[in-house]
Amino acid sequence: MAADGPCRRVDATTLRRVGQELARIRRFFAARGVLEVQPPCLGPAAMEPALASIPVPGAGRDGGTAYLQTSPESAMKAMLAAGSGDIYYLGPAWRGGECGRWHTSEFTLLEWYRVGFDHHRLITEVAELAQAVLGRRPVVRLTYRDAFVRYAGVDPLADSEGVLQAALQYQGIHVHGAAPGRDEALDLLLSHTVGPALGQGTLTFLEGFPASQAALARLDDGDPRTARRFELFVDGLEIANGYHELTDPAAQRARFEAEQAERRRNGQPVHELDERLLSALEQGVPDCAGVALGVGRLFAVAMGAESLHEVQV
Amino acid sequence: MATYSTNEFKGGLKIMLDGDPFTIVENEFVKPGKGQAFNRVKLRNLKTNRVVEKTFKSGESVEAADVMETELQYLYNDGEFWYFMDPKSFDQKAAPKAAVGDAAQWIKEQDLCVVILWNDEPLQVEAPNFVDLKVVETDPGVRGDTSSGGSKPAKLETGATVRVPLFIEEGEVLRVDTRKGEYVGRSKD
Repeated sequence: MAADGPCRRVDATTLRRVGQELARIRRFFAARGVLEVQPPCLGPAAMEPALASIPVPGAGRDGGTAYLQTSPESAMKAMLAAGSGDIYYLGPAWRGGECGRWHTSEFTLLEWYRVGFDHHRLITEVAELAQAVLGRRPVVRLTYRDAFVRYAGVDPLADSEGVLQAALQYQGIHVHGAAPGRDEALDLLLSHTVGPALGQGTLTFLEGFPASQAALARLDDGDPRTARRFELFVDGLEIANGYHELTDPAAQRARFEAEQAERRRNGQPVHELDERLLSALEQGVPDCAGVALGVGRLFAVAMGAESLHEVQV
Repeated sequence: MATYSTNEFKGGLKIMLDGDPFTIVENEFVKPGKGQAFNRVKLRNLKTNRVVEKTFKSGESVEAADVMETELQYLYNDGEFWYFMDPKSFDQKAAPKAAVGDAAQWIKEQDLCVVILWNDEPLQVEAPNFVDLKVVETDPGVRGDTSSGGSKPAKLETGATVRVPLFIEEGEVLRVDTRKGEYVGRSKD
């Protein structure tokens, strides 16, 4: 599957185990009345500045370029707006330029949406799914702020950019080139220091991300400095990312425009606004929570694998 | 000027950093799902041999270091420079003492050494893994005692001192592992 990974021999034991776990996931959702859907694999390019879409020339309308989907999110929100009810997708997604021990440009994603759920109820369900695959593990819930205070010695919501940069130095994280900005410094601390410490022997949910990293989550009414976004960490690996979904089309349009502006500043290709998602929101996506989960990473933890390449044969 | 993008990073790649040549020891791609991607890299400074950790923003480009490995023959030294020759082109290179480092105590005239060149100048000299060197000074041998496991120092023709078994005599040629600085056996040549 992973074309950019080292060439591995197909191992029948791994195939069988992966197949059994995929079947287990499908049973999990069948038992809960969540419908499996097949959003298209080809579509518009992703807007997020951190993602690179892989172009497929000739696959678009009128022989133009279409892109392999980095996430089925906007297609699934169109389904929700059309009244699908609870849905899940289990299949491939693609992200260009991502290659490493825990990244392959093609990977297996599990994404699901629960109508009427908020992030709290969805966290409970994500924990149940993870335990169905990994066996029983204690569930820990930790705010983004508490995790950074504990493992990086900074307050991510209040400390200045200068303090965050000093924390990078203190943690031995030396960045080549221009000094990192606020969100970049937080990403560095998360990927180098905080994340690896989370979920050791547990299922740790990191929640209450800073509003600047809300992505597609709604802001928290109680503390608008934070968003209703969570991530699951298991044995230091980031496994899933979920939201109490933003359903306000005007707010979503403003975020997309900010992302376009950032792409322009970074000198990245600027893609058209994701009108499929915007029109879904305008049509009315019901109040819901959704999450995307890296199936390969979850299986890797379950099977004690040292890299994604070992489970994606 | 040649450059490498972070997605070409891999072990062994030679790049320039703050004016010094480095070789990549380890490269790890890290990226929070919704955040910026980074390459977390361990690098060895080819001038000082010190290993440092550096994080690069993915997609960034860095200058390639014009570093290459050659096999050169050691000719002689004048205490300040060690002179080497390319056995094919007969080009000569002078390596400063710092570039020769530890290898100085193991190499003798005519030995073929791996010499790392940076901008065509010797940056690092590696002694062959095994060298055959004559003992020039050691206590008299204890004949017949090949099993007691005792050892004594022996000075070799290049000036290095290694621990050898008690039965080794002056004038014998020994095989030495230069990476550990250890006696391996009598030379079979």
